[in-house]
Amino acid sequence: MTTNTVNPVQLTAKDFSTDQEVRWCPGCGDYSILAQVQKVMPTLGIPKENIVVISGIGCSSRFPYYMNTYGMHSIHGRATAVASGLKASRPELSVWIVTGDGDGLSIGGNHTIHLLRRNFDVNVLLFNNQIYGLTKGQYSPTSEEHKVTKSTPYGSIDHPFNPLALALGADATFVARSMDRDPKHLQAMLLKANQHKGASFLEIYQNCNIFNDGAFEIFTEKSSKSEETLFLEQGKPLIFGAEKDKGIRLDGFTPTVVKIGEEFSADDLWIHDEADIYKAQILVRIFDNPRAQQHLPRPFGVFYQTSRTCYEDMMAMQIEEAKSKKVADLDKLLRGNEVWTIA
Amino acid sequence: MTRQVKVVEDVVIKFAGDSGDGMQLTGSQFTNNTALLGIDLATFPDFPAEIRAPQGTLPGVSGFQLRFSSKPVFTPGDMCDVLVAMNAAALKTNLSVLKKGGKIIANTDGFDAKNLRLANYPDGVNPLENGSLGNYELIKIDVTKMTRESLSDMTMGMKEKDRAKNMFVLGFLYFMYGRTLENTEQFLKDKFGKKPDILESNIRVLRAGYNYGDTTETFTTTYKVEKAKMEPGSYRSVMGNQALSYGLIAASQKSGLPLFLGSYPITPASDILHELARHKNFGVRTFQAEDEIAAITSAIGASYGGSLAVTTSSGPGIALKAEAMGLAVMLEIPLVIVNIQRGGPSTGLPTKTEQSDLLQAYYGRNGECPMPVIASSTPADCFDVAYEAARLSVQHMTPVILLSDGYIANGAEPWKYPVSANLPLIKTSFKTELDEGEEKYLPYKRDEKLTRPWAIPGTKGFEHRIGGLEKEDITGNVSYDPENHQHMVKVRQAKVDRIADYIPDQKIDNGPVKGKILVLGWGSTYGAIKTAVEDLLEEGYSVAHAHIRYLRPFPKNLGEVLKNYEKVIIPEINNGQLVKIIRDVYFVDAIPYNKIMGVPITKTELVEEIRKYL
Ligand code: SF4
Repeated sequence: MTTNTVNPVQLTAKDFSTDQEVRWCPGCGDYSILAQVQKVMPTLGIPKENIVVISGIGCSSRFPYYMNTYGMHSIHGRATAVASGLKASRPELSVWIVTGDGDGLSIGGNHTIHLLRRNFDVNVLLFNNQIYGLTKGQYSPTSEEHKVTKSTPYGSIDHPFNPLALALGADATFVARSMDRDPKHLQAMLLKANQHKGASFLEIYQNCNIFNDGAFEIFTEKSSKSEETLFLEQGKPLIFGAEKDKGIRLDGFTPTVVKIGEEFSADDLWIHDEADIYKAQILVRIFDNPRAQQHLPRPFGVFYQTSRTCYEDMMAMQIEEAKSKKVADLDKLLRGNEVWTIA
Repeated sequence: MTRQVKVVEDVVIKFAGDSGDGMQLTGSQFTNNTALLGIDLATFPDFPAEIRAPQGTLPGVSGFQLRFSSKPVFTPGDMCDVLVAMNAAALKTNLSVLKKGGKIIANTDGFDAKNLRLANYPDGVNPLENGSLGNYELIKIDVTKMTRESLSDMTMGMKEKDRAKNMFVLGFLYFMYGRTLENTEQFLKDKFGKKPDILESNIRVLRAGYNYGDTTETFTTTYKVEKAKMEPGSYRSVMGNQALSYGLIAASQKSGLPLFLGSYPITPASDILHELARHKNFGVRTFQAEDEIAAITSAIGASYGGSLAVTTSSGPGIALKAEAMGLAVMLEIPLVIVNIQRGGPSTGLPTKTEQSDLLQAYYGRNGECPMPVIASSTPADCFDVAYEAARLSVQHMTPVILLSDGYIANGAEPWKYPVSANLPLIKTSFKTELDEGEEKYLPYKRDEKLTRPWAIPGTKGFEHRIGGLEKEDITGNVSYDPENHQHMVKVRQAKVDRIADYIPDQKIDNGPVKGKILVLGWGSTYGAIKTAVEDLLEEGYSVAHAHIRYLRPFPKNLGEVLKNYEKVIIPEINNGQLVKIIRDVYFVDAIPYNKIMGVPITKTELVEEIRKYL
């Protein structure tokens, strides 16, 4: 989302932290995400009093208590719906939603897709740790199949969501992925999410070191990161690998890994275009199990971005139009068209 | 032929037909025509549960009952004087409510073999022909044939032509009651102005019906009901959900808070969403949410942002909202929750009326979760009650539950509508300055009403966080402290209880202030209790009527009022809910009278019931 307001006093990250003790487990990925959000906030040029952070329930949803802005820690799954009402009635506010894989995709899945299709100009930060942390370790709708947890001693038989494919399916106008362990990238994605006018859906891989430690380490650890991840940049070819010697090429509709310099050069590769909805559909489907043979690297960055009129703007327009056509005359309304008088 | 005009005091007409026959429209047109003459009235539409149940069948019958009188009217009447039966099923389902000697206006085309079979009449039996209706005055008209004939030179299809059938009946009744056609012709012009064919056919058939009454010798008498002696003033006709919507708009205008409605369609509450959506020129924002939970939580978001926020639903939807209602209690923000009750539990009887959500409103949430509850008692009363719900909500920083029901939501009555200048202002203010001695904003510091200050996003220096976790007194920080929790539970209750200081005392509606029996009611039983008690008072009995608007907290004097009578009878359209609360709060051994049939309690049955204790 975007809000164009000039901030007279230069704020710092510190101005965005509260006097409340942060209560996540030591080592939780949430700390890094909080730090990046607090770093990015002062650079947005939005007065603190115009920022509202709304969350649901879950570890991540503690977030508003630590942000010195307006905030609401609402109920499980409903942050997106609370935010919809706030944004519809106060379009000038900068509204940030903090949710998790359970909060935003399980109990609140319905509100998430409807918020995206309506395209409220808000930022959805979905912390995905592939587990229920607050309730101490049950599988979540993004947990991998066969996962053994407290509630799945014989392994999970649930097929997991692909959150970005879901968001795109709901006609989200901004779809991106980042990770807790890459502060620079995360900051860049937060900025882009904020710049986007419309609903921004940013999935953030977040490590729950207590109940699902290392779920994303293959993407985040130095030793494997460069081979297993693919960082998308607008207008650039899809290249990855420690030596930057591998790329993704579209073979028909199928993305395939090729070695650069042999049969193919960088010119033959898929050039990333955030505005291409068809390619975005393929891109979000690059979701291979990194432990599988012959898998593709996991993409990070902005997958898709387009502009579409926002719900709150259309709502305001209808109201302005109605006001210009018909004076708000309460007595006329109460009187109606057919009146009689008793003397 | 000379006809006599007979003046009658009170008439009840029931329009009944297939749900596609346009009986609701016919009924509401006759209602408006009646209202404009200054005759008092009350209506009761009776919809089938299915939108279009199979044509001609018993479940497909749609009814509209109208009572009009030169004396004050409080109910749509127990029994009818005139039954319009567009088909056999309509006759069969409604004959039991027709007075002996009453008139049946039957559309003979609706009594052909097929319709008779669909209405489950035995083979070869046609009630119009076999003399079984000897106790009634039967007027048979082939409405379909007449309609077609009056449109014979028009090019439209037969189906289209037949759609104007209801206008024939309406015209006929207009003749019968000495009415003019102007208001309906104007209505048709407004409605079908862009479809000249349909407009022409409707007007022609309407006039044909009127002329049919005039030229045939059906009647030697036409009827006239004189103006009612109502309080002087200007009146209009209004339906409950409509009045409720107007009350919310008025409250928004008079409080200066923009109105936000979060709602999900549900019978019989949807008309509030429809009505409010039409009035965007008042700055009304209506949000048709993805579900009931989003409907209330979006309203909570809007309230947090400083709107007069409302969510409307019916029982099943209210059940879904329960958790979010708890959030609103915890956040201590204004929110009006409207429940247009219907028959339950579960999906229950969606189109039928019931008062069975009072205990849900009182107790239907997790934790100690008190909330003010108020109820409307007649269609026009919905305006005042909605206005009052909004006032309590914003002035006491609390969600408020407003209970109405299907009976009053769809019922209409004359309304002496208010002038906006005479409506009391709803004073509210957002917190924008710190109090003396305050270093920072304290979101849970209370005033003499025990309400907390309302600071909205966009207010510099008042950034704060609230949420569903238990709050520390004064600061609003998250707190798990045992003493603090007990204190907060008590203070939330005390805040709601203290509203009793800001509402009027309970009045006796009718009858002596001390006596033998008090009939105590709430909600839509108002008219039935009012008229039953009136009858018994006329007979000289010591009986009184009090009707409770403020159900939580109760008016401060209610306990005293109850003690002034030897017996208290509480009639309700449920299995005994207010009676439980009254017994609990006041230790009064109140006597329940319960009817749970999806229909209103009638005056007649109530008189009989009260008589048992006299
Ligand atoms: S349980 Fe997991 S997600 Fe929750 S705070 Fe601890 S480490 Fe973070």
